[in-house]
Amino acid sequence: MGINFRQETFRDDYSFKNSPEQIRRFPFPFPEDKYMYSVNIEPHVPGLKDTVFEHLFDVDEHYISEMQDRALVLAEDPLRCQSLPHMELAGWDTLELLMTEKAKSYPDLFTLTRDGDKWHWINRPLGIDDHFTFGDSSTLPYGPLEYITRQSQGDFAVLDQRDNNLWMDAGIVTTQADWSLDFDIGMNFFEWHAPVPLAHQMGVFTRALKFLMAMQQGQPSRRHNWTMTINSRLDTSPENFHKWGTDRATVTPENVGQKVHLRVEVQMFFRLPRSNALLFPIRCYLLKMDELVTSPKWARRFHRVLRDLPNELAEYKGLVRYRPTVVEWLSKYDDGAPTSAGLGPD
Amino acid sequence: MTMLSRPVYGVLTPQTGKNHLLIADADGASAITDFAKKAPPGFFASAEIMYLDGPDGAKNVQALKALSPARFYQGPSIAAALPRLRQLLAESHMGLRLYVAGTEGLIGQIVQIANEAGIEYTAVQTEHRGSLARRVQCVHCKGITENVTTQPCTCAHCGLLLLVRDHYSRRYAAFQGVCINAEDPTEIPPTEEIFR
Repeated sequence: MGINFRQETFRDDYSFKNSPEQIRRFPFPFPEDKYMYSVNIEPHVPGLKDTVFEHLFDVDEHYISEMQDRALVLAEDPLRCQSLPHMELAGWDTLELLMTEKAKSYPDLFTLTRDGDKWHWINRPLGIDDHFTFGDSSTLPYGPLEYITRQSQGDFAVLDQRDNNLWMDAGIVTTQADWSLDFDIGMNFFEWHAPVPLAHQMGVFTRALKFLMAMQQGQPSRRHNWTMTINSRLDTSPENFHKWGTDRATVTPENVGQKVHLRVEVQMFFRLPRSNALLFPIRCYLLKMDELVTSPKWARRFHRVLRDLPNELAEYKGLVRYRPTVVEWLSKYDDGAPTSAGLGPD
Repeated sequence: MTMLSRPVYGVLTPQTGKNHLLIADADGASAITDFAKKAPPGFFASAEIMYLDGPDGAKNVQALKALSPARFYQGPSIAAALPRLRQLLAESHMGLRLYVAGTEGLIGQIVQIANEAGIEYTAVQTEHRGSLARRVQCVHCKGITENVTTQPCTCAHCGLLLLVRDHYSRRYAAFQGVCINAEDPTEIPPTEEIFR
């Protein structure tokens, strides 16, 4: 039952890898042999055992190492965590949600004891044992959002709702697929999605915004997004693009299996109780091509998705330089047989 | 389809209000003289005009003075005008109407300063005139390069060669610049003068 936390890196020697059990629970995002944008929002209901959706906030074998990587990113660039002044209450909402859910889902790892506004939080994997006063930031080493998200895998954006729109007014972003919180903070829903090709014309964002603004407390939702990453780098930020961009030119037929990763984001949406803000956790999962092809179904399907991806999307996702090499490599695992319905590995 | 983060500019139109502050650079001055033709009689008796010289110095100043505003200010740059502008906005009450005309860089920076003083960008009347030169923020070093007319451009701070995107931040009053040859630094794309 206990999680076997891996000691590994997401930079320099890139010692990250997935255990066989972790591969089986990877949130493979393609229900069909082709991909196009869709709103694809579904209820975020916990319960499916041995999947990343067993609990509302998944903690996996990469937890400790991912939190160490986040601390390194924040030490280099504190602008990766920001909160506009009116977002403090939403930060406390976020802290409460993450602490109560973690303690409920993983009682052996996390314990929360509440006595009025006197709270006691124990995080055993990270060796944290803190007493603080809920609502009083001076009793924590960081603001409430930063404090709890330094202990939670995935990026978090906090969206204020006003003027019939959602505003990116706070967040912590250290494992992003190439977008800058520092540049986008303060933007509304359409503005921060402005660079995404095709989807605006398809009306995707208008429909998504309408859905999100109507979201109720206690009824969270989720959707998938995906891209690819060369080397198991979590911090694929635009800020550091000039440092990691050259990785994209290093893919060869010999190293595809270890170097090229499918990167899946599980994006979740929670209405927060006091602030009425929306919490938008963006959890990133990485899977090496060698790991992906351990499922013949996933190998066949991903080969077809990548091969037939529209050029605009390949360009936007930054796959252009190495896509042909990866498609060629994957083709060896695609015998043309039909794939079964559903997302599972078979 | 234009980038949805880019501001949309209109045509200056007189608003009802107790006080009016009109800000223009050399290129925007003509928008104010055009605006004056539509303004009700006596409008400029409760108006201040702030005029900021452009890169080529002052022009159209006499035409603005001829509108006989209650106060007229001429300054050499936004930076120089900033203390005066901040005080004006801080002391203004709900009746102040703000109008900005000129280059995109001027409009963006005035909207930014107004926002810091609690005036929403939607409450500022804007009209774009003149150069399309851009303020560009380097996403890597965070430095801002002014008056960018080329694609790509060189960051004035860290020296990286930047693709100037259409993605725009009101908070920074700048377009985003991202290293254009990060995947292969030996690739040097040709530089074209496109933001004029």
